[in-house]
This record gives sequence, C-alpha cells and structure tokens, in this order.
Amino acid sequence: MSAAAEERSARAPWALTAPALMLFVGVLLIPLAMTVMLSFHDWGQYKGIEPVFILKNWHEIATDPYYAEMFWRTFRIAILTTLLTALLGAPEAYILNRMSGRWKSFFLLVILGPLLISVVARTLGWALLFGGNNGLVNKLLISLGAIRSPIPFMFTETGMVIALAHVMMPFMVLSVWAALQRLDPQIENAAMSLGAGPVTIIRRIIMPQIMPGVLSGAIIVFSLSASAFATPAIIGGRRLKVAATLAYDEFLNTLNWPLGAAVATLLLVALVLIVVGSNALIERRYAEVFR
Amino acid sequence: MAYLELDRVAKQFGAQTVVDDFSLSVGKGEFISFLGPSGCGKTTTLQMIAGFLDPTRGAIRLEGKDLTAIHPAKRGLGIVFQSYALFPHMTAAENVAFGLEMRNVPRAERAERVRAALAMVGLAGYEDRHPRRMSGGQQQRVALARALVIKPSVLLLDEPLSNLDAKLREEMQIELRQIQRTIGTTTILVTHDQNEAMSLSDRIVVMSQGKIEQIGTPQETYEKPASAFVSQFLGKTNDFAGTIDRTVSPTQLVAGSWRAPAPAGLGGPVTVSVRPERIGFGDTGLSAKIITRIFQGNHWLFQCDSECGPAIVIRQNDGIAQPAEGDAVRLTWRPEDMSVRARTGA
Repeated sequence: MSAAAEERSARAPWALTAPALMLFVGVLLIPLAMTVMLSFHDWGQYKGIEPVFILKNWHEIATDPYYAEMFWRTFRIAILTTLLTALLGAPEAYILNRMSGRWKSFFLLVILGPLLISVVARTLGWALLFGGNNGLVNKLLISLGAIRSPIPFMFTETGMVIALAHVMMPFMVLSVWAALQRLDPQIENAAMSLGAGPVTIIRRIIMPQIMPGVLSGAIIVFSLSASAFATPAIIGGRRLKVAATLAYDEFLNTLNWPLGAAVATLLLVALVLIVVGSNALIERRYAEVFR
Repeated sequence: MAYLELDRVAKQFGAQTVVDDFSLSVGKGEFISFLGPSGCGKTTTLQMIAGFLDPTRGAIRLEGKDLTAIHPAKRGLGIVFQSYALFPHMTAAENVAFGLEMRNVPRAERAERVRAALAMVGLAGYEDRHPRRMSGGQQQRVALARALVIKPSVLLLDEPLSNLDAKLREEMQIELRQIQRTIGTTTILVTHDQNEAMSLSDRIVVMSQGKIEQIGTPQETYEKPASAFVSQFLGKTNDFAGTIDRTVSPTQLVAGSWRAPAPAGLGGPVTVSVRPERIGFGDTGLSAKIITRIFQGNHWLFQCDSECGPAIVIRQNDGIAQPAEGDAVRLTWRPEDMSVRARTGA
C-alpha cells in the first residue's frame, strides 16, 4: 500500500465518524462542561450569576445535612426500586420464557406496552388510584369499611418506589429475558436427568446463568431511578425531594443555577462511579458466563 | 429377559402421530441405535425413555418396572445431549460432580469418582476448565463423563457426535464403543448417520415416519433390508425393475437380459436390489455402458447406464484391469446377493 493510501485509510474512520462526533461534542460534552463550570460560579439573590471560580456551592452541599439527606433518599429509593424490579422482574421473565409461543408474544407485548405510554401519564394513574381521599382505591376501601384513613401513597418513599418500579420493570424483564435466550434449551432437562428437583434447577443452574442479566438490568434500573425526574416530581412533589427534583428547583424556582449545577454534577459523578464500578465487578465475577 | 422394554409405545402431538406402535426389547449391556432421517420420531422415542415426554399409549419398562410412573429426575438414566447442555458456569469437574451431589455422595468419594470419570474420557488435568474454554470434542467428553459418573442403568445418547468434524467423529466413535464395552452400560444412541449406527451398535432400529422399519444387527439390516426404505437409507443400493416369468418352467426372475431361477412366493413385477459392491463384470447379465469411472484409492466407482436404468458398481482396487469409460459391459451378481421385493404401484 502506498503511503498516501495508507494515510487516507487511516483518516477515513475519523472522517466517517466526524458528523456524529461533532453532534456528540456539541449537544453533550460542551453543555456538560458548561454545567460543571457553572457549579463553581457565584450567585446572589440580587446580583445573579457571577462568573468567578469559588467552591461556595460545593462547600454548601458538603456541609449542609439537607443535601446529604436528599442524596441518601435518592439512592435509597433507587436501590429499593432496583431490588423490587429484580425480585419481580426476574421470575416474570423466567415464566414468560416458559410460556408457549402465542401467549409468550402476547405477554411480552403486555410488558413492553407501558413503554409506549408517557411516564407522566403512568405516574398520574397511580395518583388517581391512591391520591388522598379522592383516590379511587382509597375511596372504595373506605366506603367498604376496610380502612379508615386513606392508604399513604402520595408523598411517601414507598409510593415513589412502587411507582418507579412500575416504570422500570420492562428494562429488568428485557435484560433477564436476553440472558434467558442464551440458555441451552436442554439445560433444565440435563439437570433433571442428573437428579435435580425444580428448586435445585432454578437455584443451581438457572439463577447463576441469568445473574449477569439481572445485574445488568439492575444497573440500568438503578441509574434511571436515581436520575428519574417525572415520577418523583409527581409522587413526591415539593414535600419529598430527590436529587433530580432538587436540581430542577434550584434552576427554575430559586434561580440559583450554580447550586443546581453542583447538585446535578454530583449526581452525575456519583452515578457514573457506581455504574462503572459495579459493571467492572460483574464482568470480573461472571467472566465465564459472559464469554 | 428384556432389561429395557418398550411395549407398543406411541406419541401423538395433537392429531399428528410422531411415534406409532414402537415395540423393542433391549438386553442388558446391549448397544442399540435408533437410525432414521430427521423427523422419523427417534428423538421423541428417546425423550419418552428419558421422561421428558410422556407416551400417549404403551408402556416402557426397566427390569420389569413401569418407567413412565417414575419422575425423570429419579429414573437414574445418563443422557448426553446433542448440544451437550453442559452447565457453563461450572468447571468440568463441577459439571461431572453435579449428579453425584444430587445423590448425596460423600465429598471424598465424589472427588475420586469425578477424577476417574474424567480420566476415563481422556480429560485428566482438565478438571478446572470451564466448558466455554474447551473444544467441541472436549465438551462432548465432559458430557459423556457427566452422564456416566452416576452409573446410569441406561445411557441415552442424542446425536452426540453430530456437532464434531468428520475426523474427530470417527475417533469418538471408536472411543465411545470401547468405553461402552468396558463398563457394559446398556446404551441407546439416536443418530441419522448410518455409518455411526453400523460401526457402534449391536442392533439397529431403523425408523421412518414414526414406525419401525426393521430391527436387526448392522449386518442384517445392510444385507437383508426388510423394506425399500431400509435398503435406500443404509448405504447405496441399485434397484432394478424385474418380473417373475411364470410361463417357463422352472419360473424365472428376469431383469433385462439378466435371469435367474425365481425365488419362491413371488409373482408379477418385482424390484431387485443389489449393493454396488456385489455387482461384477461378466460375460452374461444385464447389459450396460460405463458412463464414468472414478478412482477412489482402495476402490473404483463406476456409474453405468443399464437396460434397467442407472446402476452403480464398486470394484476393489485389486490390481486387475478394470473396464474404461464408454465400454459396453455385462453386469452380473449371485442370486444370494440380491433381495427381491414385490413391486407396488406397477
């Protein structure tokens, strides 16, 4: 190959990816860098944003227990949501996988269907069912005499976890479903012929093989729940804030953009660290299954 | 007495009968092959023995006891699957140990038996390998060790060699036969490969469309095929259209210009089947012309155009000069080398 041709072929991949790369830099990297920079700026009620480099916002987040509480709540909700989707989603995917053809595609559609509906609409549905005295379910149960006061759902962490788990379920089911597709169709028969009962088969043969699917589903669900906005905004409102709604309020209500930027940056960094770290752990632990 | 007995077993999926009226008794230590094209019901039959499917009708008995009443996990059969179905998250040794663990074999004995089983299949030193790091042949050996280590009453092999390349397959055939001879486990092999069935088995069950065509030793099924299907499926064969001539005495079997005394009990149009290696070139017989002559080392393959249609002839390369392409020859064979069946639809 001539030197010129070699140079051309070395340049080709760059030339071909350039448009996408520029879009990526323009709409993601630059705003991101600006947000990080913004978090170091000063802000005052009357003077607005001052483009200086100070650690005021970061210091406030680090020392004021209000922010610590906010972040703990965010991650507590995300972890509980992840556990709930794993506990319900993994068996759901397994059962789905064992169904016969027609039912399988029907129920797969049922599981994926909610993805087609806006998160806001789905969450408002929960509010309609459980929202205070006027919620349908609460009204019904009270009129039946089953309960005296409405079930606390709105503005509670439990409510937020349930609503988030509902929204996130398809991601977990799909992830486990993908892992199940990699299973040898005869693997259960093989275990059975060696004398294993149904519980042993699930515990010793199926579980270890779909674990990578559960864990990668968990990473998706965790990162989406920790940064979720719509569901916490509707269920939690102003009373029960999480990191995402906190950042939103700083930006749009208090107009303290630098503080909001610091909150958003911290959330992003924490999420990236958690996701990358657990992904590396999973890949090392399950190297044999992933191969 | 029969060790494993299948008594008029049938399996239906909806209106479709996949296996019908399957009766077979297997002696202890016997190596049986279910041979047939795909969709002939051989795997379904195997799965009914294994317990993954329940027969619609009929009974399966092991040492006189009804096997269908026993849960598949309690049947104590060793199964090697076509895909091997090894547990990918376990090492070779853990795979082999799984069946022993389920039987609560003590740890020390378990380790010893796993080691012995892996050594038997030639995998000593591979204990800590994971299946995905092994070659197809090695995975196959692990699967065999896993099935044999539990000392199964019957070993079921579901096309175990079909995923291996030709050379490896031949090696595994020899090894499989040796292992089976040594430990004497009653074995049932499902295969669509007639060479595999012939070289491994004591008896072959030839199946077609859910029915047994013939049960016999490899030699019997090859030399005395019970049906046109069997003769076509097991090796190459020549079918010539002939007739029984009753106008002369004694009655004669006539195929073109080849004639012989007619076998008893047949009349009218018949099909004469002769194996290619049993046909010789002579002075009298079916007149034919050699179209192509192919040299294959230890033998010659001739494709001829005879009065009764195309014919293949195989001659040993024994140093004697062979006819050339385009030569006019006469094809002849001994009456005991042919099988004659009434020709239907003629």
